[in-house]
Amino acid sequence: MTSVAPFLIFYVAAALVAVTRGWMRGAIMIALPIVGAYNLYTFPEATGITFALFDYQLEFMRVDRLSTLFGYLFHLAAFLGVVYSLHVKDTTQHVAGLLYAGSALGAVFAGDLITLFLFWEMLAISSVFLILARKTARAGRAAMRYLLVQVLSGVILLAGALVRIHETGSIAFDFIGLEGLSGWLIFTAIGIKCCFPMLHNWLTDAYPEATPTGTVFLSAFTTKVAVYALARAFPGTELLIYIGATMAMFPIFFAVIENDLRRVLAYSLINQVGFMVVGIGIGTTLALNGAISHAFNDVVFKGLLFMCMGAVLHMTGKMNGSELGGLYKSMPITTGLCIVGAASISAFPLFSGFVSKSMVMSAAIAEGYPIVWLALLFASAGVFHHAGIKIPFFAFFAHDSGIRTKEPPWNMLLAMGIAAVICIFNGSYPWVLYSILPWEVTYDPYTAAHVLTQTQLLFFSALAFTILKLTQIYPPELPGVNIDAEWLYRKVMPGFVRTFLATFGPLDKSIRNAAVGSVKGIIGSISRTHGPGGIMARTWHTGDMAMWVLILLAAYLIFYYL
Amino acid sequence: MVDPENTPPEKTHMFDNPRNIKRVIYVLYALCAITFAADAFIHRHIDHPWEELFGFHGVYGFVACVLLVVGAKELRKLIMRKEDYYDD
Repeated sequence: MTSVAPFLIFYVAAALVAVTRGWMRGAIMIALPIVGAYNLYTFPEATGITFALFDYQLEFMRVDRLSTLFGYLFHLAAFLGVVYSLHVKDTTQHVAGLLYAGSALGAVFAGDLITLFLFWEMLAISSVFLILARKTARAGRAAMRYLLVQVLSGVILLAGALVRIHETGSIAFDFIGLEGLSGWLIFTAIGIKCCFPMLHNWLTDAYPEATPTGTVFLSAFTTKVAVYALARAFPGTELLIYIGATMAMFPIFFAVIENDLRRVLAYSLINQVGFMVVGIGIGTTLALNGAISHAFNDVVFKGLLFMCMGAVLHMTGKMNGSELGGLYKSMPITTGLCIVGAASISAFPLFSGFVSKSMVMSAAIAEGYPIVWLALLFASAGVFHHAGIKIPFFAFFAHDSGIRTKEPPWNMLLAMGIAAVICIFNGSYPWVLYSILPWEVTYDPYTAAHVLTQTQLLFFSALAFTILKLTQIYPPELPGVNIDAEWLYRKVMPGFVRTFLATFGPLDKSIRNAAVGSVKGIIGSISRTHGPGGIMARTWHTGDMAMWVLILLAAYLIFYYL
Repeated sequence: MVDPENTPPEKTHMFDNPRNIKRVIYVLYALCAITFAADAFIHRHIDHPWEELFGFHGVYGFVACVLLVVGAKELRKLIMRKEDYYDD
């Protein structure tokens, strides 16, 4: 069998899904990630697929351990997403989901900046339909803001690529580093997709507005493509350590007071990506292995949590912590699976977060960043607090909201079940995941000290939650929005434009009215003399003419004799 | 959703009984006590000077969460707006 570029398989399948219905479509969707993963398995390493564009060779298929790992990860994410969304009848969502997954694969196998740019933009264009498919006015506005930010990131990437071609004459997508204008442009473009602080709000704005199944797709691809791109182009960039630590820290405060539980998960997603960014910034093999394995685990456990919340939204139509509660009575299986996801993101021993996040933290302390290490430890306690406890607690326990519903459709439960099994497997047998990482792993997560310190951290975090809850210091779930950096472009800038128009609009209007008035006056006076009936437009008798000539001659004679 | 008037009275669930909630809380207290005490028996590799403190990770986790919640509560006063804040 000849191997095909993975994105192409997804694009063809998306076309087939668009024209099929029923079981046929389901079969294509299920078979796709499996066939795709087999194709990747048989893909011979070090053979690329290239394509000539003018003077440059576009490299569609760069196969090495880093890109292959992300390749498998995206096939897995696509599989989970497809199973989870099998019950959906909406063709747009299915086609968009597959194009989106295919674009993510195209981006991680891109060997040059132009190919990367193409798939970078395809990610934006395909994924926006997953938000639009919610079909609410609110989602529509969020989708447009999302698209603007994503396309902007692509434009900056293209600018960076063009400057780089000018600077180096090469379009290769390898280590770039923060040197020169092109380095900073490409860094910024990746930073937008990676949710660097202040550039992060597109995610918390748009992801919670997407459809229940759409958010599961969204959570897997865009940010992880960005993590891959950072690991490829900027490993060991010290600035990333501080950016990542900030990303791990600040979203947890927003997550604690956020009411929309999928928005809590969106903030938590940024917090987890923060750990990966720190690992890439440290840049040692331990740190990079940690960042990449954490990206792998995060796709699965964050996917699982989004799937659980999606199931709640699908069955109850509600997503606010203030309106939910007590669902463990009618959704016990979903509750159990959600707790597995919560334990994994919180990094309990035997769950997947435990074996990957700690690699980044060990690297931070080993490379002499004790303050960053303390920040990450704070963030670890915070993750457990908002994602590990808050999500399951306010959805499934807390006060009984009176909502009685049923478990979600079987395909949703199956996808959640598979994700939960992977979370436990990766946590309990980390060596399988470690064996496919780009560099050899000598790290052992299961030392007595690590298990003890981590469980101590988590149990005391839970103790803090319990005491704060019992003493009613813990802030209640309240409906409302919390303003964030997006305030600048959702409130200040529109407000500025409105004030500007309100102030200068009347002035502009009076100036234009005056101008129009004077033009009208000129036209009026001209039409009085030259218009129909105007003195200049009258017909005159020949006799009148002779008379005037006589008068002129007479006047001339008089002047002559004077 | 089911029609509440035509369904038989619901069976009581695990946490409808306040004693079960108490039990969960006591288990948590016990786990905290055990892991805290285990610090005396398990040799920890010290990477950061603060780790020399007995039960450092427990204390740090507890303090971190209290600071997080108190900080977030203060933050809420500053940044919370009505749900239709952005709608025009």
